[in-house]
Amino acid sequence: MSDPNIVKDREPLFSTKILKLLKNPFNLENPITVQVLGICSALAVTVQLKPAIVMALSVTIVTAFSNLIISALRNTIPSRIRIIVQLAVVAALVIIVDQLLKAFVYDVSKKLSVFVGLIITNCILMGRLEAFAMGNKPWPSFVDGIGNGLGYGLILVIVAFVRELLGSGKFFGIPVIPKIFYQWGYMDNGLMILPPMALITIGIIIWVQRSRTRELQEK
Amino acid sequence: MKALRNYLDKIKPHFREGGKFEKLHSTFDAFETFLFVPDKTTFRGSHIRDAIDMKRTMSVVIMAMMPALLFGIWNTGYQHFLSTGQQAGFWQMIGYGLQKVIPIVAVSYIAGLGVEFVFAQIRKHEVNEGYLVSGMLIPLVMPVDIPLWMVAVASIFAVIIGKEAFGGTGMNVFNPALLARAFIFFAYPAKITGDTIWIGGLSKGDGVIDGFSGATPLSKAASGAIDQIPSLHDLFFGFIPGSIGETSKLAILIGAAILIITGIGSWRIMLSGLLGGLTITLIFNAFAANSYMTLSPLTQLLMGSFLFGMVYMATDPVTAAQTNRGKWIYGFLAGFFAIMIRVFNPAYPEGTMLAILLMNAFAPLIDHFVVEANIRKRLKRSTTVVKS
Repeated sequence: MSDPNIVKDREPLFSTKILKLLKNPFNLENPITVQVLGICSALAVTVQLKPAIVMALSVTIVTAFSNLIISALRNTIPSRIRIIVQLAVVAALVIIVDQLLKAFVYDVSKKLSVFVGLIITNCILMGRLEAFAMGNKPWPSFVDGIGNGLGYGLILVIVAFVRELLGSGKFFGIPVIPKIFYQWGYMDNGLMILPPMALITIGIIIWVQRSRTRELQEK
Repeated sequence: MKALRNYLDKIKPHFREGGKFEKLHSTFDAFETFLFVPDKTTFRGSHIRDAIDMKRTMSVVIMAMMPALLFGIWNTGYQHFLSTGQQAGFWQMIGYGLQKVIPIVAVSYIAGLGVEFVFAQIRKHEVNEGYLVSGMLIPLVMPVDIPLWMVAVASIFAVIIGKEAFGGTGMNVFNPALLARAFIFFAYPAKITGDTIWIGGLSKGDGVIDGFSGATPLSKAASGAIDQIPSLHDLFFGFIPGSIGETSKLAILIGAAILIITGIGSWRIMLSGLLGGLTITLIFNAFAANSYMTLSPLTQLLMGSFLFGMVYMATDPVTAAQTNRGKWIYGFLAGFFAIMIRVFNPAYPEGTMLAILLMNAFAPLIDHFVVEANIRKRLKRSTTVVKS
């Protein structure tokens, strides 16, 4: 439990270390492009921007609060049954989020279908709980959860933006490609709607990211 | 020739290190080696010396595709005038065909080579030769009425995702030309399937005579109208609608002969592909559950792009299996699946593209098992010797 990196004394709420927890998932430790976690949902919910953003927020909330709760409980959880405890916490949070979505944004909730429920099995969650929350204090864990959720969300939004724009010519459901283009012979790319193109888009993002960041290049 | 050589020698220093156009070094290099056989030789180490290099190999493949291309140009005109019911002479048909086909070829080369040159500059290596062939294959597998911007997008996609992402020519898993076609097939299905897109001008419907159908033999077979499939004569010589280069089996066989004689295309793959197609057709004939299955093997093999795929696509030395036994398995399964997809799945009128792409993915695995089997066999032999 005593991680030498975590200072025992009181530290400011937003020290550089905490900010790093928030910032790193966006680039060097991105859950999708670097750790390659949570790919299934990234392929499934990114046909349009709106469901992607709702999904990103749901995952952020669940990661943040499950990190917080597990971190608070970390000293009392017997390590032999820790996975089941983690799952119980995550499942409870996911049910709450799911019910909220059904109550307030029913159409999006229908589009996301099983994928909200499948947040329970999202690797990012288990990864953060095991790797971070079990060994750190509640506040850094909470920030770490938010950072990872948003890092995941960032990729989701980029992919969804590309797919919605090229796949159906829309931005948040509003047609943005001028009608005259279609008259000139432009057509929406049907492949963008299919999951393989999401995988390829993520692949391109990883490619660009790796060739720009020296730390990520394998020797 | 000499003047050209002198000119190249004159401007060469500008592209060397420290020269004015140092950054365009690879571009210059590409053109120079395209025009003249490079005079550089290796000094150290053991290297296989051969009379031809990569660019010359590629040129032979281009030559092997010429019969199919030329026939495709004529057939484009022939089919167009057939659909409008006009009388037209030989040169008129060629003229119409050129006007339709040349832009597709040009766009495919400009888009694909553009990407190749950009990547060569960024990565500071030579421009890869591979696109010379892919750039010609792409137009040959397109319908004549394909919008040019789609050809451009597909070529760029094929080069970036199919080749550069894997490390350039020689590293690609999938055949780039087939990838380009598959891209259009899934992205813009309306422009690459159906009955009206195979004949120039038919989709716009200008001046089409009554009762004319642009349906390909494959779509007639898929809809159960097997009595309307053109005669074997027409199928063989290629007086049928279809992708630009795939219609004439005679032209394809000439190309196959060139590839086999020069040793560039693998006859094992071509032959085993035919055997695979023959096997599945005979199995279908034995069951004969619907009219499509009763088609004779000859008709089945002459329809669609089966031969074209087996000769020009499946034999791609990069994406095919490398071992000889692997080539037999690879070709056989490609032919087998091509006919099977075509007959079983009404959504895919032709299965050659998907079958070859599928086998591309499995080629390394086939090679792996062939090599492993060989190692085991030899190991067994050596251990028995030791025991005795």
